Amino acid sequence: MRGRGSLWAWMIFGLGAAYFIVPLIATFEFSIRTKPDMFLAYRQVLADPKFGDGLWYSFIVGVLTIVVSLLIIVPTAYWVRLKVPRLRPIVEFVTLMPFVIPPIILVFGLIRIYSRQPLVLTATDIGSNVLLVAAYVVLSFPYMYRAVDTGLAAIDVRTLTEAAQSLGAGWARIILRLIFPNLRTALISGAFLTLAIVVGEYTIANFLARPAFGPYLSLLGQNQPFQPAAVSLISFGLTWLAMGMITFLGRGARTRVQVAGAR
Amino acid sequence: MASAMTPVSVRDAPPARPARRRPSWSWLGLVPFFLFSIAFMFLPIMFLVVGSFQDSEGQLTLENYADLSTGVIPNAFANSIEISAVTAIGGGLLGFLLAYSVILGGLPRFLRTALMTFSGVASNFAGVPLALAFIFTLGQAAILTAWLKTLGVDLYGSGFSLYTKIGLELVYMYFQFPLMVLIIAPALDGLRREWREAAENVGASSGQYWRHVAIPILMPSLMGAVILLFGNAFGAQATAFQLTGGTLNIVTLVISSQIRGDVQHNPGLGYAIAMGMVVIMAISIALYSVLQRRAERWLR
Repeated sequence: MRGRGSLWAWMIFGLGAAYFIVPLIATFEFSIRTKPDMFLAYRQVLADPKFGDGLWYSFIVGVLTIVVSLLIIVPTAYWVRLKVPRLRPIVEFVTLMPFVIPPIILVFGLIRIYSRQPLVLTATDIGSNVLLVAAYVVLSFPYMYRAVDTGLAAIDVRTLTEAAQSLGAGWARIILRLIFPNLRTALISGAFLTLAIVVGEYTIANFLARPAFGPYLSLLGQNQPFQPAAVSLISFGLTWLAMGMITFLGRGARTRVQVAGAR
Repeated sequence: MASAMTPVSVRDAPPARPARRRPSWSWLGLVPFFLFSIAFMFLPIMFLVVGSFQDSEGQLTLENYADLSTGVIPNAFANSIEISAVTAIGGGLLGFLLAYSVILGGLPRFLRTALMTFSGVASNFAGVPLALAFIFTLGQAAILTAWLKTLGVDLYGSGFSLYTKIGLELVYMYFQFPLMVLIIAPALDGLRREWREAAENVGASSGQYWRHVAIPILMPSLMGAVILLFGNAFGAQATAFQLTGGTLNIVTLVISSQIRGDVQHNPGLGYAIAMGMVVIMAISIALYSVLQRRAERWLR
């Protein structure tokens, strides 16, 4: 039976494939409607400094998010496993909170509390950037913690730690030289998922008035006919690239993190 | 969200004589994590919680919650719940059938790989670019609309519009059913061949096997996944905003206008709406984790 498949299985697959592909084809068709130069929209987009700036800004924010998230989550997950397993339920609960708090609610609270004394962050660019990265770090908690924790379960944390300690390694060295390398696959998956999310994110970046890729594309979509189609396809390509890296680098991994939150 | 197995922690050998109890400072290692979570998650949410019980003079009141039943708000909640439920069930069904067709339906192996990869991409292709892609597909001047018209199906002539509830549901489906594929595939993989063989040995037909063995085992996973899809659609804002320009009356867009501070100038009401949303999300996640625990009994 395997290899041929029944008629209905092919029909369902065809339906799913059509749902996936048709909007992409239609978007491409729309993006090359410019006459006489088919690729005018793409040329205009690439010539527009706002495109590059937005993409670059979002990329940097993504990288910062990954760094901060890893610096918080890896030591925490490691410490919970090694020293304070009784606090695990609380830590797990906290990392799952972003599922209950959608981005729109999170940014609502952040704006209200950090736009007044004693800590006004929304008034300056740096403050707003800090809020943006912090919000993205919070959103990354559920899948980052899960990926790291599953990765830690696969290695014998206690024995490795004791071996390192008996060789005279300190905590910082243990975490950076021992735990991080052993979690490479999990960390890379989490990192690329974060990039895929952050680069296209709109809600939080928009309310914090950041010059990110999402708000740029949104504005373009309201003002221009063909360019948004081109940028949407580019954005899809970037998502594909990030997820492709996860699949490629995560071969043989126990878990692949692929699920993020609402947008 | 694959199930994480928690191995029983290896206990150290009991000490020869009871050690003197020292106060443990090891929780200090978790301080950075908790400080960050408090600063950027709990305090902002607490601010909304407290604000939702205050009137504009800062006095304690329940008025904001009573006001949830006024104006466009009940309708916004109803619309959000309806859209989320429809796309969760529709996306859940299509996603389940798709996963089934590639895992158990006998399709060639490479189609399964293709489907899983695509699902990873599509479930993360949400927000602004997704809304735009659908405008270029099913908008008034778009190719699929025109093509259907030549086939005699006049979408916009028959009352369809992409910028309404049904349109938004079609768009949400694009990330809902791939998400379902990702969530449910491990559960389908966990259906053991022995169970089917055992059923066949006692003379069960394929239908009986599904009705009495497979479906009951899968049920917690299926329901859990559908609830997760519900929450996924319920919290979405960017897609809806880009598609409708904020005109559709759903909760996330009502909150958006509250953040901008327009409409009624009653911040407390905005906070109460946010709380309503958090409560609905919390209920669905609680249900999900209960179902997830049940599902893990079978799928290991």
